[in-house]
Amino acid sequence: MTLAIVDYGAGNLRSVAKAFDYIDQKCIITSSSDELKSCSGIVLPGVGAFREAAGKLKEAKLWETLRIEAEKGKALFGICLGMQLLFDESSEFGQTDGLGLIEGKVDNINTGGQPIKIPHIGWNNLCFNKKSALYDGIENGTYVYFVHSFSAKTEDENVTAYTDYGINTVASVERKNVLGTQFHPEKSGVKGLRILKNFCDMVKHDNFTCN
Amino acid sequence: MLAKRIIPCLDIDNGRVVKGTNFIHLQDVGDPTAIAKEYNEQGADEIVFLDITASSDGRGTLLDVIERTASEVFLPVTVGGGIRTTEDIKEILRVGADKVSINSAAVKDETLVARAADMFGSQCIVVAIDVKRVPSKPDYNGVFPPDFCTDINDFHVVIHGGRQDTGINAVEWAKKVEKLGAGEILLTSMDTDGVKKGFDLEITKIIADAVSIPVIASGGCGCLEDFADVFNKTDASAALAASLFHFGIISVPQVKQFLKSKEIPVR
Repeated sequence: MTLAIVDYGAGNLRSVAKAFDYIDQKCIITSSSDELKSCSGIVLPGVGAFREAAGKLKEAKLWETLRIEAEKGKALFGICLGMQLLFDESSEFGQTDGLGLIEGKVDNINTGGQPIKIPHIGWNNLCFNKKSALYDGIENGTYVYFVHSFSAKTEDENVTAYTDYGINTVASVERKNVLGTQFHPEKSGVKGLRILKNFCDMVKHDNFTCN
Repeated sequence: MLAKRIIPCLDIDNGRVVKGTNFIHLQDVGDPTAIAKEYNEQGADEIVFLDITASSDGRGTLLDVIERTASEVFLPVTVGGGIRTTEDIKEILRVGADKVSINSAAVKDETLVARAADMFGSQCIVVAIDVKRVPSKPDYNGVFPPDFCTDINDFHVVIHGGRQDTGINAVEWAKKVEKLGAGEILLTSMDTDGVKKGFDLEITKIIADAVSIPVIASGGCGCLEDFADVFNKTDASAALAASLFHFGIISVPQVKQFLKSKEIPVR
């Protein structure tokens, strides 16, 4: 089984690859549509701005491939900005369309009027909302590492975990074979590695039971 | 709830950790990767590498250290020291660092922070601000003690390890780097650094209140209470320490446990 990490010029894709290497999961870093088609599962990493990332994915002619592969049932795991790209649209630097694989949109972190720091940087707890194989062996309340200024707004049924940052903030989503985490599992120590391992197992056993 | 972060900082010279360490069980106490792994196991929330290599040919060694660390330590790693151009930043991020910390170069070329934030995203641009009290008025005895600051303008930004006073108001500078696109501020007080009598709570509070990005407090912690103070009395998001941890005076788990007992959220 091989995972493909989508290379569209995002900064942290090597970190993601190193984490998979560490847990002995074979992965390739690629910008080839053919390789996205032939791999067992796709990881969409990302840091930076939504609009630029969407533009680069389109430029590299990967946008449609991602949508088609996900719609055909291939596992697609978005991390941070990669998760945000799964939604219909984002308001970061103007309205931009997302992949539209999970209903919802991406907007400024809504702090409910509380004076809190933006970006949301650091370790925050997972509050499970819905059972997912992604969190096998992970306890409710586990700390994971976040870095983001925008957050997803979606139906509660798509959310597998929230985190409390003044108000409930979406920490992870899942819709059939498409899933994503707002936090960085590749930067969340041993717990994060376990989450990545769980994703590998989900791909291996085609275990996408959420929704 | 977001946890307050505890961040050990390693000074690196030609690829080796220079300040003494107390990790006697490590085979190579000078190896940054081995020490970063140890801190990871102790529960450190991030690691900062501060490169103090004087020669420019030490750069390759530093990149090698970052790459090795990023392959074995799955925590956020910030690298600072001698970063002058977006090309420097690109190299450091490419080998696996998550953030870079820019200090003197940000003061000398204000466009650097904006360009870097634009290219790599604010989330990976930390601006390090070294601040020093420069009293403009004498105290009652007619002298200028460093802790007698009556005016907000008395907190100056200093560069080159504190050797050069820029005369820039530190609070204004903090607001400016936020506007330029910095994602975090690493604030070090040159008055308290190394003294081990606590963080400079006054300037930390003023700056943490003045900006909406996270502020990392640095310089001066000497005991467990100092960590509790900086989180209880200021809005700092994280606290950084170097020798305190390296010499084993206090360990990361001790800090975490103490803060927990004071009901300060930690991981």
